Amino acid sequence: MIRLEARPAPSRLMVLLSPVIALAVTVAVAAILFASLGKDPARGLYVFLLKPFSEVRLLSELGLKATPLILCSLGLALCYRSNVWNIGAEGQFLLGAIAGGGLAMWVTMNGVAVNRWGFFPFVVVAGALGGAAWAAVVAFLKDRFHANEILVSLMLVYVANLLLTWLMFGPWKDPKGWNFPQTVSFAADTTIPRVFRGLRVNWGLAVALAAAGLMWAFLFRTFRGLQLQVGGPAPAAARYAGFSARGALWTTLLASGGLAGLAGAFEAVGPMGQLTPHVSTGYGFTAIIVAFVGRLHPLGCILASVLLSTFLIGGEQAQSTIQMPSALTGVFQGVLLLAMLACDAFILFRVRRGAVALRAGRAS
Amino acid sequence: MNELASFIGTAFASGTVLAVAGLGLLINERAGVINLGAEGLMLVSAVTGFAVAAGTGSSWLAFAAGAAAAALVAACFGWLVIWLNANQYATGLAVTLFGTGFSAFVGVSYVGRKLDLPLNHSVPVLGDIPFLGVALFRQHPLVYLALALALLLSWFFWRTRTGLIVRAIGESPDSAHALGYRVRLIRLAAVVAGGALCGVAGTFLSVAYTPLWVERMTAGRGWIALALTVFATWRPGRLLLGAYLFGGVNVLQLTLQAQGVQIPAPFMSMSPYLATIAVLCIISSNPAWIRLNMPASLGRPFFPSQ
Repeated sequence: MIRLEARPAPSRLMVLLSPVIALAVTVAVAAILFASLGKDPARGLYVFLLKPFSEVRLLSELGLKATPLILCSLGLALCYRSNVWNIGAEGQFLLGAIAGGGLAMWVTMNGVAVNRWGFFPFVVVAGALGGAAWAAVVAFLKDRFHANEILVSLMLVYVANLLLTWLMFGPWKDPKGWNFPQTVSFAADTTIPRVFRGLRVNWGLAVALAAAGLMWAFLFRTFRGLQLQVGGPAPAAARYAGFSARGALWTTLLASGGLAGLAGAFEAVGPMGQLTPHVSTGYGFTAIIVAFVGRLHPLGCILASVLLSTFLIGGEQAQSTIQMPSALTGVFQGVLLLAMLACDAFILFRVRRGAVALRAGRAS
Repeated sequence: MNELASFIGTAFASGTVLAVAGLGLLINERAGVINLGAEGLMLVSAVTGFAVAAGTGSSWLAFAAGAAAAALVAACFGWLVIWLNANQYATGLAVTLFGTGFSAFVGVSYVGRKLDLPLNHSVPVLGDIPFLGVALFRQHPLVYLALALALLLSWFFWRTRTGLIVRAIGESPDSAHALGYRVRLIRLAAVVAGGALCGVAGTFLSVAYTPLWVERMTAGRGWIALALTVFATWRPGRLLLGAYLFGGVNVLQLTLQAQGVQIPAPFMSMSPYLATIAVLCIISSNPAWIRLNMPASLGRPFFPSQ
């Protein structure tokens, strides 16, 4: 008989190995899925996992997709470390997009002369404020009414989506846009400066990487960062030490909302160059997977963002090259997270065989 | 008058989706397991049920397949959180994300397909009563089954020994374990039963209520059903009440949209979500009241001592 036995101390090796095993499981599932659908598994896996790295253009797209994932997942990792279950990064992303995009639209419509680098900080501030404001609703309702943050933050995703829909079909619709639900194309000077000529990847990626560095320093090199994290695994200890749970709630939600909002603004004023109802392709939800696969660690978030961006690009490529629906990406994302959560059992537990003999030994 | 009657009728049908899923989640939570995967389970079953209904033309087979698919995914969830002690929140979220992806992938070929099923149901004689017939007695059988289910669960949890054991496991798994009850197996049974009910709700949505397959068609109903268990303070009767209330809100906003009220449509569509938030705030504002009613071990892993 096989059973689980608690380890004396959590396995550090398994903490790192678990995402790798989960990826292997996902690859295996993908191969089986391709084969069962009559596609060549090797080709399918190549398209999904390796092709995104094969061209400079695709690498640039990878960086573009990783930017919002890194930003959103950093905030979520902070939240989950302090046991605040914000799952509404998608809504905070949308509000950031509305704020940042709205600013760029206003500048474009009014013909205000701006300089690319001069305007960039305004985008950052607008996006962060938009996202933080949306997350502040969650923090306020939890703080004042004890309303469950999981459900409230998720409900606000739907509200944010509908708010964006209203803006796109109503007041913000491009008057000369043939009635399409979208804003005007933003003036070139409002968009985020690109890193390389001819490639779409922009300096938002650098901001995301810098944010990861700052998050690392905050979490592991400041007292405040420690305070926030104690509340997660040991709320009683945090209370005893006098660390404020309210403070943790507000700090983590405002920070994660701000980061998600930043991601939204970058998406609107970056690659999109206008606001449409489809400014997000579910980055806020994918970021939940990124945060967990990245072990709630800033460096891990970067690595996991690259992996999940690969899936996203792979999905697009699969649609155009091997005629598989891009929805496949969602299946792989789910399998990856489920597999990793299963592997995580072996961080705290180890497999033992021969339970019967052990019990007999103990009894004697 | 006729409009009012059909409004009531549609509100009951809309509320039934939430009621059945909510009752399923209530079973889970009474046993101490919170399943944030409800939305994903409903999507998986919605697409499975729709595919089976489209393939076989039988609505019963569709419901069976939908319930089985959701129960299967729920069993995986149960194995992860009950035996491997995975975090219930994270695993539930993973199930929702998987369900969303899986249903979108499987459903690609069913978008825009129509079902060849009879949509009109009527209780003999009662369905012909003026007003009341349209309002109450021309419903899909599941609408009445949901009522029966709520009664059944009330009886089960508060009038049977087995129900008491399930509740005990939700309150204190360690005590139940010490008394010799098989906590993990009973929790798994609760998770599978609850998942199957989420599956019935999802199938009802795509096969009877809408009846269409649209990507992400549950539109947060799984999450609203989760909120309803809190609203109902984990009691089947109150859950039913809440579900019909939300069904009413949803149908009311749709009716007003159709009649061209001056408020922009997106704001009207926000109402079920805003109502959920409002209800959560009102119910949760007294934490002592929630603590008193909530299964004490809800969301906590249980590791049996040897």
